[in-house]
Amino acid sequence: MTQPSQQQYRRPPAILLLPAVIGTAYLFFPLVGLVVRSPWGTLWQRLTEPGALTALWLSLITATITTAVCLILGVPVAFVLARTRFFGQRFVRALVTLPLVLPPVVGGVALFTAFGRTGVIGVWLDRWFGIELPFTTTAVVMSQTFVALPFLVIAVEGALRSADTRFEEAAATLGASRWTAFRRITLPLVGPGVAAGSVLCWARALGEFGATITFAGNLPGTTQTMPIAVYITLQNDPNGAILLSLILVAVSILVLVSLRGRWIGTG
Amino acid sequence: MLHAHLVVDRGRFTLDLPLDVAAGEVVALLGPNGAGKTTALRALAGLVALSGGTIELDGTQIARPGGGLPPERRRVGVVFQDYLLFPHLSALENVAFGPRSTGSSRHHARVMAAAWLDRMGLADVALQRPGGLSGGQAQRVALARALVTSPRLLLLDEPLAALDAGTRLAVRADLRRHLGAYDGATVLVTHDPLDAMVLADRIVVIEAGKMVQDGPPSEIVRRPRTEYVARLAGLNLYRGVASEGFVSLADGGELTVEERMTGDVFVAFPPSAVAVHRQHPEGSPRNVWKVTVAGVEAHGDLMRVEFHGTPPVAAEVTPAAAAELELMPGQTAWVAVKATETHAYPA
Repeated sequence: MTQPSQQQYRRPPAILLLPAVIGTAYLFFPLVGLVVRSPWGTLWQRLTEPGALTALWLSLITATITTAVCLILGVPVAFVLARTRFFGQRFVRALVTLPLVLPPVVGGVALFTAFGRTGVIGVWLDRWFGIELPFTTTAVVMSQTFVALPFLVIAVEGALRSADTRFEEAAATLGASRWTAFRRITLPLVGPGVAAGSVLCWARALGEFGATITFAGNLPGTTQTMPIAVYITLQNDPNGAILLSLILVAVSILVLVSLRGRWIGTG
Repeated sequence: MLHAHLVVDRGRFTLDLPLDVAAGEVVALLGPNGAGKTTALRALAGLVALSGGTIELDGTQIARPGGGLPPERRRVGVVFQDYLLFPHLSALENVAFGPRSTGSSRHHARVMAAAWLDRMGLADVALQRPGGLSGGQAQRVALARALVTSPRLLLLDEPLAALDAGTRLAVRADLRRHLGAYDGATVLVTHDPLDAMVLADRIVVIEAGKMVQDGPPSEIVRRPRTEYVARLAGLNLYRGVASEGFVSLADGGELTVEERMTGDVFVAFPPSAVAVHRQHPEGSPRNVWKVTVAGVEAHGDLMRVEFHGTPPVAAEVTPAAAAELELMPGQTAWVAVKATETHAYPA
């Protein structure tokens, strides 16, 4: 008896159905376009060209390093924002989320003014250590971190806010130091949030273009990531760009789907 | 053992509670919701800072206003209200967490935890996560987790509140056994008088942040000093001035009592001592007054009837009598209480 009525309530209002279908289709058709228009005939030949795989490999490596850097820096930022009160906290929170609304190319310019050879910090790095950051793989990671870090911070901060702090109190009464309580209780409890944040962060880093091409440039093998390779190839070889795009889409889907089931537990 | 004066400013009210607990003694903090019981417990655990007073445990000061040891260095074990077992750890790992955090090796911590779970009769659920434990099992895991680090002070916050009525009885008896075997000081917070009576050697009643009564359970029940305690004990309680066996009550009315006393007194008697009549009764009872029914509710096999009057009073009658007397709200009646059934004691 109850089964049909539950089914009734699961059915969405008709007025939501049409926009839902249109929205899904809008996201789907560009992918169809990529598949249909791909130069399948020359697929193997293009795949074995050194440039394509080099860019893909660089993208995967830098996005993964960026995610690790974001975890090391972002989880503490999220913890401090979620669990403490200090003067200027609202300003810091606004600052952390700024890269979300900033055009990435502006981020790239800003990174240049800070870490470029004549930048505010870059000039000292150059003078004291002889380190030049722009147009290196490090610059790629820095650019990606700049745009991806907010995704991780926001996800982890949200998880920390909704986590029950009384578990940490319980840990303290059992003799655990704050660090032990964080490591063994807090972190596992917000694990799903951290995982979700990492996936978002990795995906954002993989797709990063504007800040990277501005601050790290377009040096094949060193700073030419997949999105930049697509853009450059598009200038004189549209078919090649389509194929590179398809490869990037396939790898992204592969990684997201395999992580979804294992880490986030919603697959 | 525990020698404390807890002063915590809560804005709404100030907790100001002197509290001494001997080794092996179980003291229950009993009071209505919002009386400051949990605040007192949190102050003892180090989770709330003192705004005044001091806490000494085993002759060492562990807290003072604006300072003191952090919770992790107090040697205080806490069983939280809903136990707060770590959901991502098994029962064994939950219990092993304390020893592990205080420097034991992984192996040693697990051995200690397993021994405690065994002692609590939980050996076969050691590898279960808290989600798979029953309420009673979770409570025992929480107790084992608190005791495994051999704290000098054990704090229990409403240890039975999360359990359903059926398991409560067994768990209460079980808890009593474990508390009896514990040699440190125990402070237990509850709003349930029965838990306090069964588990505690001494009851401290707090209302609005202040101690209003302190004594062994029998004393608290027999000689309540506030409306709240009297209601918990199921007694009628009045305050008044006695002279020559008469007590004129503070809120109007007069009672004849057995004890020859003078000065400020409390008078208490159970609802079962109150006889209810449709007409003014004939005969010996000295205390007879006219009342109207305020409310009737079932109380076990009996009906508990609240009356408006001077003074107001509660009576217990059988359902048959309630029907015969037509005790509906608004109905007038006469109540009689024998002087020999009352109990007067100095205020």
